[in-house]
Amino acid sequence: MAEITLNNVIKRYGKVEVVHGIDLDIAHNEFVVLVGPSGCGKSTTLRMIAGLEDISDGTVSIGPGVVNDLPPRKRNISMVFQNYALYPHMSVRENLGFGLKIAKQDEATITARVNEAADILGLDELLERTPAELSGGQRQRVAMGRAIVRHPEAFLFDEPLSNLDAKLRVQMRTEIKKLHQKVKTTVVYVTHDQVEAMTLADRIVVMKDGHIEQVGTPMEVFNHPVNTFVASFIGSPPMNLLPATIRGTEVVFTDGKSLPVPTRLADRVRDGQEVIFGLRPDDLTPVGHGIAESGDSARLTLDVVLSEPLGTETILYTSIAGLEAQGKMFGPRDVTPGETLEFDIAMDRAHLFDAATGNSVRSD
Amino acid sequence: MMNGKLRKQIGAIATWVLTFILMVIICVPGLWVVLTAFRPNGEVLAKPPVWIPENPSLNNFAKIFGFGADQVAIPVPAYFANSLIIALTSTAIALLIGMSGGYAFARYRFRFKNGLFLGLMLSRTVPGIALSLPIFMIWSRIGLIDAKLGLIIVYVALNVPFTIWLIDGFFRQIPKEMSEAAQVDGCTRWQAFWKIEFPLAKSGIASAGIFAFLTSWNEYALASNLTRSTDSKTLPVGLMDFTAQFTIDWAGMSAMAVIIIIPALILTFLVQKHLIAGLTFGGVKG
Ligand SMILES: Nc1ncnc2c1ncn2[C@@H]1O[C@H](COP(=O)(O)OP(=O)(O)O)[C@@H](O)[C@H]1O
Ligand SMILES: [Mg+2]
Repeated sequence: MAEITLNNVIKRYGKVEVVHGIDLDIAHNEFVVLVGPSGCGKSTTLRMIAGLEDISDGTVSIGPGVVNDLPPRKRNISMVFQNYALYPHMSVRENLGFGLKIAKQDEATITARVNEAADILGLDELLERTPAELSGGQRQRVAMGRAIVRHPEAFLFDEPLSNLDAKLRVQMRTEIKKLHQKVKTTVVYVTHDQVEAMTLADRIVVMKDGHIEQVGTPMEVFNHPVNTFVASFIGSPPMNLLPATIRGTEVVFTDGKSLPVPTRLADRVRDGQEVIFGLRPDDLTPVGHGIAESGDSARLTLDVVLSEPLGTETILYTSIAGLEAQGKMFGPRDVTPGETLEFDIAMDRAHLFDAATGNSVRSD
Repeated sequence: MMNGKLRKQIGAIATWVLTFILMVIICVPGLWVVLTAFRPNGEVLAKPPVWIPENPSLNNFAKIFGFGADQVAIPVPAYFANSLIIALTSTAIALLIGMSGGYAFARYRFRFKNGLFLGLMLSRTVPGIALSLPIFMIWSRIGLIDAKLGLIIVYVALNVPFTIWLIDGFFRQIPKEMSEAAQVDGCTRWQAFWKIEFPLAKSGIASAGIFAFLTSWNEYALASNLTRSTDSKTLPVGLMDFTAQFTIDWAGMSAMAVIIIIPALILTFLVQKHLIAGLTFGGVKG
């Protein structure tokens, strides 16, 4: 059993604090993704779990015990690095078997385990090559093979796909997910790519500036972002965020246009409150071109500035109160720029955030 | 089209000719020394110059080693041993310090790091000969004149800045994730260094070693000041034994120069195959 627990973990470089007290419980065999913009402290957090970075304050536990003072080799974890860090002077076979050799396993065990890992990752043909003779995707695979060979308590991944081209990245993403289903193990995975986070995670940890903003399943984080940061970071295209004021039962935009306050949020707001109205493009759809019926819908008439057909849907750029807002047209037809359309707004999926704090009015 | 092709060809030929001239300038003096080692002294100053020895012989070498009719009483074996001991020991020490220092500069953050590095480099801007008087005075106080240890210390000091600088560069090229991956894989820091980083920096360490060895092996100015007898005199200093008050045995000197060159050549050839740079290629990215 290897659950990982972070308890008020702080990282300081000299006087500068870059990770500000992180609390996180990761369950046995859970796939947790740390996601956030570059520089928010994801790698630092992961490296503290790995033991590659000193923990300035707080505790990290892997399994039953606190590991703060254990070197990486005693934590029984493996790690896949962004640049793979394969040993260039060793063949693929030696790369895979290196950890077992260091652990003084006998030859037969090493061969068996290397072959097993090679089998899982389809590396059988490549075992005698050196890393220089592999493509990017193959190196990636070897790096993962090196991680699974030792049967560790947990896998740590630091942006393992960011050096691959777009197509290979999608392919490897799927492979990582399959791998986790095959080799059930606790995984902590770091990425700045919210799509990777959504597709891979059992639970997503959204980070910003060394803080955790929200922890939840992909659907929780997508459907119930706790603040404007999470709302804009998760989901693509991002959620439209429009400043407005509550006037009675209306959300009034800066240009005087208004929408009714979403029914489910009616008792969460007060008259005169400055808010941010949040609406995903999927919920701003021309009448007759939505995805799901909304029990609580409203309408706005808007000019389309630009349209981007994607096949099954078309992204429509319009503006609400002078700010750009994106909508989607499912089952699309041709749209000419400047065309005026009537839009359905799925108010039961709309969000309201307090303008001062940025927090969702639901979570206040 | 035709014009461009022609210009390219002329360019290629010019490059070739220039390289050839440069190589001639570099090689001819060395070639002259080697040829002279096989000719009688009388032929050296002949006018017009004789290029290819008319009666090539090993007489000069025989003389040096005390065979044949006229002997020169120069203790070459002793000088040779001194040179070897001093050059090898100082190189080994300079490499050890260079590896530790280079690794520290490449991997760790510490106070005054840049200042220290700059200081090391600046120390190389002082011509060695300018140091010879102070070193002589100190060495004579503590009894290191005419001692191998005295020269070894001087050569270590001379070589360390360069070995640190060179080895630092090589360690810098090795992503620190390699050592980290090894540590996650079960290595101690020490094991990670010897099993991963050292093999990858080997070519750099070998280059630094050759450089340090050749510097010590060929150094003349300081050695001529700090040595007196067969206890410590090195081969380059021994060359001066061929100068008498009124005559210089150029041919004998050349033979000795050849003897000095040979071990350096052998070492360079032995180490050369380790100088395959770019070993880190392929370990990272795609
Ligand atoms: N060795 C270091 N010394 C000082 N600051 C560092 C060091 N490593 C990282 N940082 C800082 O810590 C913050 C978090 O970095 P990191 O964890 O690498 O971010 P992420 O992986 O989320 O992009 C950044 O602001 C970075 O500049
Ligand atoms: Mg990072």
